[in-house]
Amino acid sequence: MSTRFLRCGREAVLVEVADLAAAMALYAALRDASLPGVVDLVPAARTVLIRLDPSVTSPALVRTLVSSVPVADGRPVDAGTVTIPVHYDGPDLADVAALVGVSAEEVVKMHTAGEWTVAFTGFAPGFGYLIGGDPRLSVPRRSSPRTRIPAGSVALAGPYSGVYPNESPGGWQLIGQTSLRIWDLDRDPPALLLPGVRVRFEAVN
Amino acid sequence: MLMTVVRTGPRVVIKDRGRPGHGALGVAPSGAADRGALDRANALVGNAPEAAVLECTLGGLRVRFDGPAVVALAGSDARLTVDGVVRESPVSVPAGALVQVGTPRVGVRSYLAVRGGIDVALVLGSRSTDASGLGPARPAAGDELPVGAEPGGGGGSGVRLGGGDRPGGGAESGVSAEPGGGAESGVSAEPGGGAEPGVRDRSGVGEIPDLSGVAAATPAPALGGSDDSPADRRSRDLSTGVLEVDLGPRDDWFTAGAVATFLRETYTVTPASDTVGLRLDGPPLDRSRTEELPSEGVVRGSIQVPPDGKPIIFQADHPVTGGYPVIAVLTPAAADLAAQLRPGRTVRFTTAPQPR
Repeated sequence: MSTRFLRCGREAVLVEVADLAAAMALYAALRDASLPGVVDLVPAARTVLIRLDPSVTSPALVRTLVSSVPVADGRPVDAGTVTIPVHYDGPDLADVAALVGVSAEEVVKMHTAGEWTVAFTGFAPGFGYLIGGDPRLSVPRRSSPRTRIPAGSVALAGPYSGVYPNESPGGWQLIGQTSLRIWDLDRDPPALLLPGVRVRFEAVN
Repeated sequence: MLMTVVRTGPRVVIKDRGRPGHGALGVAPSGAADRGALDRANALVGNAPEAAVLECTLGGLRVRFDGPAVVALAGSDARLTVDGVVRESPVSVPAGALVQVGTPRVGVRSYLAVRGGIDVALVLGSRSTDASGLGPARPAAGDELPVGAEPGGGGGSGVRLGGGDRPGGGAESGVSAEPGGGAESGVSAEPGGGAEPGVRDRSGVGEIPDLSGVAAATPAPALGGSDDSPADRRSRDLSTGVLEVDLGPRDDWFTAGAVATFLRETYTVTPASDTVGLRLDGPPLDRSRTEELPSEGVVRGSIQVPPDGKPIIFQADHPVTGGYPVIAVLTPAAADLAAQLRPGRTVRFTTAPQPR
């Protein structure tokens, strides 16, 4: 599928591409291009939302400019590596093991074995959706969400893993806990898990 | 100079034009629900557009200043009184005078600007408190808020301050997130069945008082007359309930009949509405594509349609992404109007004239 520009009101353009890899590549290209009047980029699974300042530019102009931005095809977006130390003692670890049909130790092995990548962020400041892990770890969300999940909770849901940046309610399966500060306003940027960042989980005791 | 909050009324939040530029971090732009009213209030007191003001829901706010101040009120038709006397905006108020925002007859949100702006610390370039709790704490009775030096741009230029201006990590203001149960909340950013977290406003920022009692029962004041001030025009726009939209980005996920229904029928604002989203009741909109939409970025004014077919208008405190198709997006002016609609009000959507 080629790039599609979708109308998104007067102050944004939604660009739809073939898949996540293309969306990540487009996001990286647009971020580096710093187009005039573009004030925000929201990368997602198959799209990049471009917010614009209508006093500076217009959706039509942004579409034209975006079309001329070279996007590296298939080039993996390298945004650095983060290692997250995890105590694998989450309240859902046993449930996840049962769902996957292996032991809890095996779940930890699967979670720490491969390299994950931040595909996009979305629902809370600093929350990254990590992909690329062992496909057997794809588990449903809890049927009943928790009202309070501590910051640093390491979780699984669907094809994703994630780390709760702050305390919040939530329905993902909690398999462990990290002391690493995923979101810290005293840091620049405050989020560790930016799109394209590669992530390794490391079991600690 | 300091502003002392004497009483907040149902809900008061510090707002400015928001913090776009951090979407890739999962940070929503936030900002004032009625941006036009924010701009008018700031302009009336001579502030730069970036200055922060108090966004006040349904009046009831009372403040004092410890020095002479210039204030203005915009947004709803709520009256501004100084020591009990109704005053037109902008107005100079002496030190110690009681400045009060009355209860609006038309509209919901009023913006109280003071020359110099509310000078709390910037968080990621903005003084707005967002739905996740990012930004300054909500003002409470007894709080003293710093007022900036004239003329009050407030320095909202993207300067990032470190230190104490982080979002609460604590229980009250922690980041709201709700990976799961998305189906329960129509405003949820995410598909109910997906593996995505939804967004629920725990900070209280998005919550507005139960308006069902005042809703549509409140009579609209006589409108029109010979003088056609901006305020009158705005009241008239509000009273018609016609909201201009541009179709897309996902109008092609709906049947042709659904798009026609959307542009013809009347929808009612339900009490389950807040500054995250206005939930509407009316004829459901059927989709032509039933697969799950991968979450994608949304904007203020995006009209998302969850599986029950009832549209939701995202307001300023919308999440960064949404998991249901967006049939249309309000124009910025229509998004401002939507921010003033009470539960019980009816709206109709019409396509906006295309630029050029």
